[in-house]
Amino acid sequence: MKKTFILFFISQFLVIGQQTPGTVQHESILIENAVIHIGDGSIIEKGYVGFQDGKIKYVGETKPKNKYEKSINTNGSHLYPGLIALNSTLGLAEIDAVRATRDYDEIGFFLPHISSSIAYNAESKVVESMRMNGVLIAQTTPRGGVISGKSSVMQLDAWNWEDALILKNVGIHLNWPSPYTSKKFSSGERTIEKNKNYIKKVKEIKDFFTSSKSYLPNPNPINLEYEAMRNLFNGDETIFLHANSSKQIKDGIVFLSSLKIKNIVLVGGIYSFKQIDLLIKNKIPVVLKHPHNLPSLIDEDPKIRFRNAKKLIDSKLLVSIDVTGDMERMNSRNLPFYAGSFSAYGVEKESALSMITLNAAKILGISKNYGSIKVDKSATFFISKGDALDMRTNILDYAFIDGREVSMESHQTKLWQRYLQKIRNSKKN
Amino acid sequence: MVRKIVLILLFFIYSIEKSHSQDYFPENAGVKTSNQPYNVFVNASIIVSPDKKIEKGILIERDGFIVEVGKNIEIPKNSIIHDKTGQYIYPSFIDLYSNFGIKKAERSSSIGRSSQYNPNRKGFYWNDHILSDYNSINDYSYNHVKSKKLREAGFGIVNIHRENGIHRGTGSLIALSDRHTDNYRIIKSKSTEFYSFKKSINSAQSYPTSVMGAMALLRQFFFDIKWYEQKKSNSKDISIEAAIQNKNLPKIFDSGGRLNLMRALKIASETNQRFVVVGSGLEYLDHKRIKSYGNTIVVPVNFPKPYDVSDSELNEKLSLKHLKEWNQAPSNLSVLEKNGVDFAITSKGHENGSDFIQNVKKAVAYGLSEKTALMSLTKIPAKVLKMNQKIGELKKGFYANFLVTSGPIFKEESVIYENWVIGKQYVLTPNDVVLNLDISDEDLLEYLEKAESAGYSIEELKKIAKFNGLSTGEIKILGDRLSNAKKELELKDEVLNKIEPKKKFPVLPVTFPNTAYGFKELPKYSNIVFKNVTAWTNEEEGILKNIDVLITNGKIKKINKNIETPKTHFEIDCTGKHLTAGIIDEHSHIAASSINEAGQNSSAEVSIEDVIEPNDMSIFRSLAGGVTTAQILHGSANPIGGRSAIIKLRWGESDEKMIFKNSDKFIKFALGENVKQSNWGSYSRFPQTRMGVEQVFVDYFNRALEYGEKWKNYNSLSKKEKTFKEKPRKDIEMDVLLEILNGKRFITCHSYVQSEINMLMKVAENFGIRINTFTHILEGYKLAEKMFHHGVGGSTFSDWWAYKYEVIDAIPYNGPIMTEAGVVVAYNSDSSEVIRRLNQEAAKAVKYGGLSEEEAWKYVTLNPAKLLHIDDRVGSLKVGKDADLVLWSDNPLSIYASAEKTFIDGKIYYDSSKIPSIIEEIKNEKNKIINQMMLATNGGQKLQPVVSNSNKEFTCETVDK
Repeated sequence: MKKTFILFFISQFLVIGQQTPGTVQHESILIENAVIHIGDGSIIEKGYVGFQDGKIKYVGETKPKNKYEKSINTNGSHLYPGLIALNSTLGLAEIDAVRATRDYDEIGFFLPHISSSIAYNAESKVVESMRMNGVLIAQTTPRGGVISGKSSVMQLDAWNWEDALILKNVGIHLNWPSPYTSKKFSSGERTIEKNKNYIKKVKEIKDFFTSSKSYLPNPNPINLEYEAMRNLFNGDETIFLHANSSKQIKDGIVFLSSLKIKNIVLVGGIYSFKQIDLLIKNKIPVVLKHPHNLPSLIDEDPKIRFRNAKKLIDSKLLVSIDVTGDMERMNSRNLPFYAGSFSAYGVEKESALSMITLNAAKILGISKNYGSIKVDKSATFFISKGDALDMRTNILDYAFIDGREVSMESHQTKLWQRYLQKIRNSKKN
Repeated sequence: MVRKIVLILLFFIYSIEKSHSQDYFPENAGVKTSNQPYNVFVNASIIVSPDKKIEKGILIERDGFIVEVGKNIEIPKNSIIHDKTGQYIYPSFIDLYSNFGIKKAERSSSIGRSSQYNPNRKGFYWNDHILSDYNSINDYSYNHVKSKKLREAGFGIVNIHRENGIHRGTGSLIALSDRHTDNYRIIKSKSTEFYSFKKSINSAQSYPTSVMGAMALLRQFFFDIKWYEQKKSNSKDISIEAAIQNKNLPKIFDSGGRLNLMRALKIASETNQRFVVVGSGLEYLDHKRIKSYGNTIVVPVNFPKPYDVSDSELNEKLSLKHLKEWNQAPSNLSVLEKNGVDFAITSKGHENGSDFIQNVKKAVAYGLSEKTALMSLTKIPAKVLKMNQKIGELKKGFYANFLVTSGPIFKEESVIYENWVIGKQYVLTPNDVVLNLDISDEDLLEYLEKAESAGYSIEELKKIAKFNGLSTGEIKILGDRLSNAKKELELKDEVLNKIEPKKKFPVLPVTFPNTAYGFKELPKYSNIVFKNVTAWTNEEEGILKNIDVLITNGKIKKINKNIETPKTHFEIDCTGKHLTAGIIDEHSHIAASSINEAGQNSSAEVSIEDVIEPNDMSIFRSLAGGVTTAQILHGSANPIGGRSAIIKLRWGESDEKMIFKNSDKFIKFALGENVKQSNWGSYSRFPQTRMGVEQVFVDYFNRALEYGEKWKNYNSLSKKEKTFKEKPRKDIEMDVLLEILNGKRFITCHSYVQSEINMLMKVAENFGIRINTFTHILEGYKLAEKMFHHGVGGSTFSDWWAYKYEVIDAIPYNGPIMTEAGVVVAYNSDSSEVIRRLNQEAAKAVKYGGLSEEEAWKYVTLNPAKLLHIDDRVGSLKVGKDADLVLWSDNPLSIYASAEKTFIDGKIYYDSSKIPSIIEEIKNEKNKIINQMMLATNGGQKLQPVVSNSNKEFTCETVDK
């Protein structure tokens, strides 16, 4: 009884500290009677998860023999690995229309030396709104140019960017040029022609890669751009190829594999279903554009974006979700519903979950620690009253990052509570 | 080597004969002589008018006019006889729409950083785009190069004007005779008035920025003319006075597109102007409606060029709409003829004459009768011009404007030999005026060089060269010497050696709309019993499980257990499925050609109902998301926006038929950053602060009251008193504002922060009215109880925020808090993407704020219906209401649910089970047309780049370009 009281007190304390990151796990905790969604496609209908010092110690259907200092009986709630938002700009901008708050697009064309991690705003009010929907990890990615820079993996409950870092400089982001140019008219029509500069632009990319490769053995004096390519050629970093049309995807992949680059990830991939064989052959994962986007072409199946994931997953490709689009930062909290929408159009529910958990972790190279509910992995998960991919039941009671209990409070919940109280008071009068 | 040459006599004659200066002009170049011989044409088939032909007839011309036409006519002694045995004589063509000889308007240089709101001109109408006082004749100067091209197309007279302005002023009627002076060529200096929806480029005055603004401006202008005619005050307006002076001139409206044609007709019928409307060539899609208006249409025949279909990835981007229009457009005129639409043909859009006549022949090949073709090029334009006693036929006393052809003029192989204008001969194709001589190659080349420098087209040179038996290779050599012609000769000849292009292809049927996913036939009532369905009634009964719902002729007739299916009905087994009322979007910008009239801080005079775009693919996509009704709102560029349109998404129907019948009417107001123009570079328009916004409303409401008072006083006068008193000026904008103050029109106001929301409620209360709906209303939760007391509803986003500064405090709990305070709450889309899944947005009210599923569902159905005052007909499942229904695969709030069937008025507009076969069909149709295109392009026709309709993503902030 006494313990429960203290627990209650602590959680109240956390509520007050809206932006205050959770403290390091100092007692072992056992989650009881939860539907455990492992993240690898499997599910434990009723089970237990024990964790200590930020690590998962137990996962199973029966109660563990070891004693835990604290237990949380979920009464059938659902436990999920922390969701991972790929190709996001979380923390890199606050208010879209206010230029002073935008920090995601540096000027220049080839910027592999730019790293997003140091611009990440750990106090962002947009970031804190992610946590109550289960989005606990994000790849913060720079935008613009041909090579935008390097992305890093951040956990979304931190004092500062260093605290937030899970993995600095995951890889380089390459925006493949468009083979077509289009001119838009006020009527809404546009003419589309072959891009006369396409070959030239592709050659510029080739030149940059060749030059940096030949620079690397003799890096004196140092060249920042070329030096930043070293880890890519070493195989320590990944290249994220941003490409959507069939030709872009094909040309990009053929080029990158000719350079013997090991880790290639396709981002966007709206028409990746036209290059499935090539993707399978080169074992290339796809970070697929989320489904809440309009079809690119007027005559296309109105639901084409919803159906895209099934085609790739049926081909056994590793698929995750790209959160870019309209108002992408604030809407990144809809990540679970993007997965849910893919599931509505053919992807099996647990596979849809894998897209934004284990698959994403694999793509980022952090699956040793994150992405699924497995012993020895980080205790980064959340507990939802029901199916987290459905908005009606995505209602979180708890979230943990590396075992630290994370506040569900935000700027938004604070306003909610204040004004709800105001209405209720005024009704009493 | 010696060859025969065809020598043409015409190109040396360029000087103007002296007999054709004005009689009273002094003559300084020779002797003043006036006795001209007669030109007599014998043995020709004379087509006097489209329905009268004289075989082996005689036509006598003198001094530019026809003296006599007939069979047994006495030929005067002083005659030049032209034997036209086997040839045909036709009245030459008249073009109602031309910019021949007119200097183009110059773009205003005064385009600054901020928009210009006032006119440049003083003493004229308040809007610079009304150029009723302008006369094209002032900028006219005869153009010898272009006149030749028009004559080659068969024209003798063109009606010219400057293409500039909404009211373009007057045009002039010009005869295309190089051998006359302007004193003779100008047949009428003021022939017709011209109108359009496009602004003058002379002025940077901002208003109107949209088609709906141009429509409002024209309506107002016509009211102002009436008022000016009977007003008693002394003020002058040069533009209106000019319009009054030109009142009886025929009026030609250059509509500029398929939908704009209907809009011009609408304006015509409302203002009682018998506009002759220039179309786009797609009139076959609207022939019934055009016919019902009864106006004459001027139709271009510049059929779409084939697309460049050489790249298969690019071909996928070509939309079916464009492919179909290419395939169908040549049949345009024949469809209009069959359906009794009165039309004239124009050469608008054609650069050279031979293309024009080829395309008229193509229209004939596609079923247009030769008689109607001729009518539409002669008698009809003459009638429009009120000149049918002078031109358009070959009768005694008419202008001697006629064509001499090798055979029936619209036969593929026929050529026009001569075009006579006001009795002067212009030879187009060498025929009888030739001398056969033996000449050397060298001489031939020299001759051709001369011909080239005289302005002969490549086509003609080639004809001459070929006629003289030069081979392709030799033509190439010839090309080297003919500087300008060189490249084209080589290119064309190579292509010419390939297969001849095909002339005619099977025409694909028109669908409704004529795009992908169009219906072959418009949907009819489905009389259905939905068996064993879970019905979300939105009524006291709540959610009923295992219930049957019966619909008949568009209405819900029964909701009961175990309904027996009548013979007239068919049954759908709905086990496991959910039936709901159709989704209603309170705030949308789909299905509109323009959204903002941003030219003034109030635009109450404009209406979205004027600019509904019924072919917008967003309509179909929204149906696929279960939406049946939407309010299409004006944007938020100004505090007082335009009137909105409430539509049912009746895909395939016309704009008029989409309008929700007999509903209350609404207008958009706006507050905040957009009306202050904070996020783009405009610093000159009032208001720039929220303080100023308040004053805009107070000012306009006061002015409206004052206006109302004036009319009230005037209307209360006796008949006799009225004759002494000045009648107030009718002002559309004020009428609309007065409707609001009289409770006849309701305000939906774009709003974000609490201060301004509170302000508008106070302003409204001071004027004795209530705001109907605050839309967006992202800080509604901060003053929900004030909203409740005011009686206003809130139509908000589920979870949008942080996209601009004023939404920094937007929270996803906003809806549920307002609900708790008793406010009627809806979730809207304001997005052509979100509108497709408003069911998911409603579900967010369950997550954030803990609303029950039943209440959350009302956020996108019954509640928006209440806000739009249409909840007596839609928004819930109730016997007697419209059968606007959606059958869902699952609980509609579930992320896993999708709309399987969407009904409006009991007609099925979307059926997900049909989509795979429709997609297959789209693919087949596209392939069919692309193959036709490949055949057509073998002849070396000019191609156009691939065109695609991109997604029109209108939001509140979209301004027309």
